[in-house]
Amino acid sequence: MATRKSTAKPNVSADDLKAYYRDMLLIRRFEEKAGQLYGMGLIGGFCHLYIGQEAVVVGLEAAASEGDKRITSYRDHGHMLACGMDPNGVMAELTGREGGYSKGKGGSMHMFSREKHFYGGHGIVGAQVPLGAGLAFADKYLENDRVTFAYFGDGAANQGQVYETFNMAALWKIPVIFVIENNQYAMGTAQKRSTSTEDIHTRGAPFGIPGEIVDGMDVLAVKDAGDKAVAHCRAGKGPYILEVKTYRYRGHSMSDPAKYRTREEVQKMREEKDAIEHVRDLLISGKHATEDDLKAIDKEIKDIVNASADFAKDSPEPDVSELYTDIYATDIPQGAAVEEDA
Amino acid sequence: MATKILMPALSPTMEEGTLAKWLVKEGDTVSSGDIMAEIETDKATMEFEAVDEGVIGKILIAEGTEGVKVNTPIAVLVEEGEDVGDVEAEAAPAPKAEAEAEAKSDDKAPAKAKAPEAPKPDQTPDWPEGTEMKSQTVREALRDAMAEEMRGNANVFVMGEEVAEYQGAYKVTQGLLDEFGGKRVIDTPITEHGFAGIGVGAAFGGLRPIVEFMTFNFAMQAIDQIINSAAKTLYMSGGQMGCPIVFRGPNGAAARVGAQHSQDYAAWYSMIPGLKVAMPYSAADAKGLLKSAIRDPNPVIFLENEILYGRSFEVPVMDDFTVPFGKAKIWREGTDVTIVSFGIGMQYALEAADKLAEDGIDAEVIDLRTLRPIDYDTLIASVQKTNRCVTVEEGFPVGSIGNHLSAYIMQNAFDYLDAPVINCTGKDVPMPYAANLEKLALVTTAEVIEAVKQVTYR
Repeated sequence: MATRKSTAKPNVSADDLKAYYRDMLLIRRFEEKAGQLYGMGLIGGFCHLYIGQEAVVVGLEAAASEGDKRITSYRDHGHMLACGMDPNGVMAELTGREGGYSKGKGGSMHMFSREKHFYGGHGIVGAQVPLGAGLAFADKYLENDRVTFAYFGDGAANQGQVYETFNMAALWKIPVIFVIENNQYAMGTAQKRSTSTEDIHTRGAPFGIPGEIVDGMDVLAVKDAGDKAVAHCRAGKGPYILEVKTYRYRGHSMSDPAKYRTREEVQKMREEKDAIEHVRDLLISGKHATEDDLKAIDKEIKDIVNASADFAKDSPEPDVSELYTDIYATDIPQGAAVEEDA
Repeated sequence: MATKILMPALSPTMEEGTLAKWLVKEGDTVSSGDIMAEIETDKATMEFEAVDEGVIGKILIAEGTEGVKVNTPIAVLVEEGEDVGDVEAEAAPAPKAEAEAEAKSDDKAPAKAKAPEAPKPDQTPDWPEGTEMKSQTVREALRDAMAEEMRGNANVFVMGEEVAEYQGAYKVTQGLLDEFGGKRVIDTPITEHGFAGIGVGAAFGGLRPIVEFMTFNFAMQAIDQIINSAAKTLYMSGGQMGCPIVFRGPNGAAARVGAQHSQDYAAWYSMIPGLKVAMPYSAADAKGLLKSAIRDPNPVIFLENEILYGRSFEVPVMDDFTVPFGKAKIWREGTDVTIVSFGIGMQYALEAADKLAEDGIDAEVIDLRTLRPIDYDTLIASVQKTNRCVTVEEGFPVGSIGNHLSAYIMQNAFDYLDAPVINCTGKDVPMPYAANLEKLALVTTAEVIEAVKQVTYR
């Protein structure tokens, strides 16, 4: 596979670069494995893979600090792995097993981790945007300096509630970063057929929210933009918009034949823009790592992913008694924010 | 090590497919992401990509083969230099294991309906005997409930249209801004979907929001956030992510405001597992239930009524008066018929009972107070005593709370019934504006009396 030419001069350490490589590779291999398990019938229903978009979450997680929150829609496996959730728990949720993050009751689209401040995993396009602003509202109310990353796609960017949220987030200076993962297709509808403007980040301007375009196939560019957005929010200046231009290599979900774009278009992105190859190239050409170093990482990732698949296959289905649990809470689950009750 | 490549499932419903075309041949080297074959599913032709790297050792299913079951080996992938000979085609065990698991869970399916258990109604008084009482409007009682809970927990806040500076569109939040300030009493723009979502997110984030809808008619703009985000997340997260939030505001018909502003949502929200639903009638219940709702770790729909806001009731003077969810109140004891209602329906139920008493019919009147959970025990115990039941509500007749209660009574007290249960409801029409038509569209005391006479065969 041809590697892309890298013009960016990395201003990060060799260890950081290697960590980005590793984290992106984990997502890609995990998703490939998930696709395989779907094919075997071990994962049911909808399964939306993140392959191609890895640099977005890995770059932004590099800009996040402990306690920052994140929320996204149903293409969520990458976000969970990037924020440090256990691949075993994620894969076992995909197979609907007891060992999954939601005990098998949520599935691919509905997973959460209070511990990692990952607030889902939401199946309704755009609904996570006001929810994300609400999380950030809580942090502002509790007077800490945390920020929330609210991820949504170019498709969700046409939902009305996004603009209701922009208005209130700007009005109340809520520390939320709206991350528009623009992979150019809202399911099968190309952006130019669904969206009246070419740039989506400018849609915050009427509300007074600054925004910028980010190369989502370049993890370093994503991290830089993330740093800037985080600093803006933490300084109490209110929301910020990042429109991260990215590309999904696979179909919208596993059952999407993707006839709305050419095979050549996909192949061109993979060969010329691939985010993992980009970092690989930086590592090798910058002499930050040898081929053997990277092979060792590849091996480590392969083992983690295979172990997660084994765990997900071996974990039992939830006990039938789970049908009737978790409908009502008897007590408030203790989250970080709750501990800080005023 | 040689790996078998299996016929993939490429849609949620695919069980078999056609191996339309091979894009690789034996001896080809493939790497992750390479397209190996085209497969026709029940919906579309899909490209099938390689996951692992290797060499195509053997193609087991020729292109053009139809009806290839999911998980059938279709090719063998070997490492470079490896021999394919020792790999035999055999059915993958996965589907069988799944089927077994399914059969096993069927074994554990709940047993057939048991004989109904004897009801154990809890009819302990809501406040101790001798408690000092004061007359208060429903509006004041609701305001006091919020103020008391806000004093007790700094994470409780109120948001909604006109709740702060305007002091509430219906003056329910009067005085709260002065006492608690703009941080905790927040005017929102007119943007129900958005601020409901922000409220739910804030609840996920550890706060205790009270979201006021100017009326519940406007909550239809926000119903996705209420149901899909607030009600379901605890379950979808395996118990991790609770949503302690109260959605409150006036519900049901006001007067002469037409179809879009006059609807009772009691049955809608009561259908949803994960929500709790309260619909008080009296000021004491409004106060006690709202305080319980604010403390509840779950999303609560709190249905008030504009016509009742100005009505006065006796409210106990206590430091901390609460009413639990799932406990009905018997307003009037009787032996001839059970009239069960909630919210403003209680007005018709009680008026009817007074008039029926003049005719020598002794009605028992039950106020459910909460619709999720419902106090079935108090209802069933009453029906077992009176053997007749009339339900009263303002909402539409189809899929009403009365329909549900009728079914419940039929299943759990069939042998006690001396007459079919009658549901008195609003009429099956959008609310008309004209004064005479509006009267006809609403449930009336006369209809309740007529229904009671029918079930008592008078």
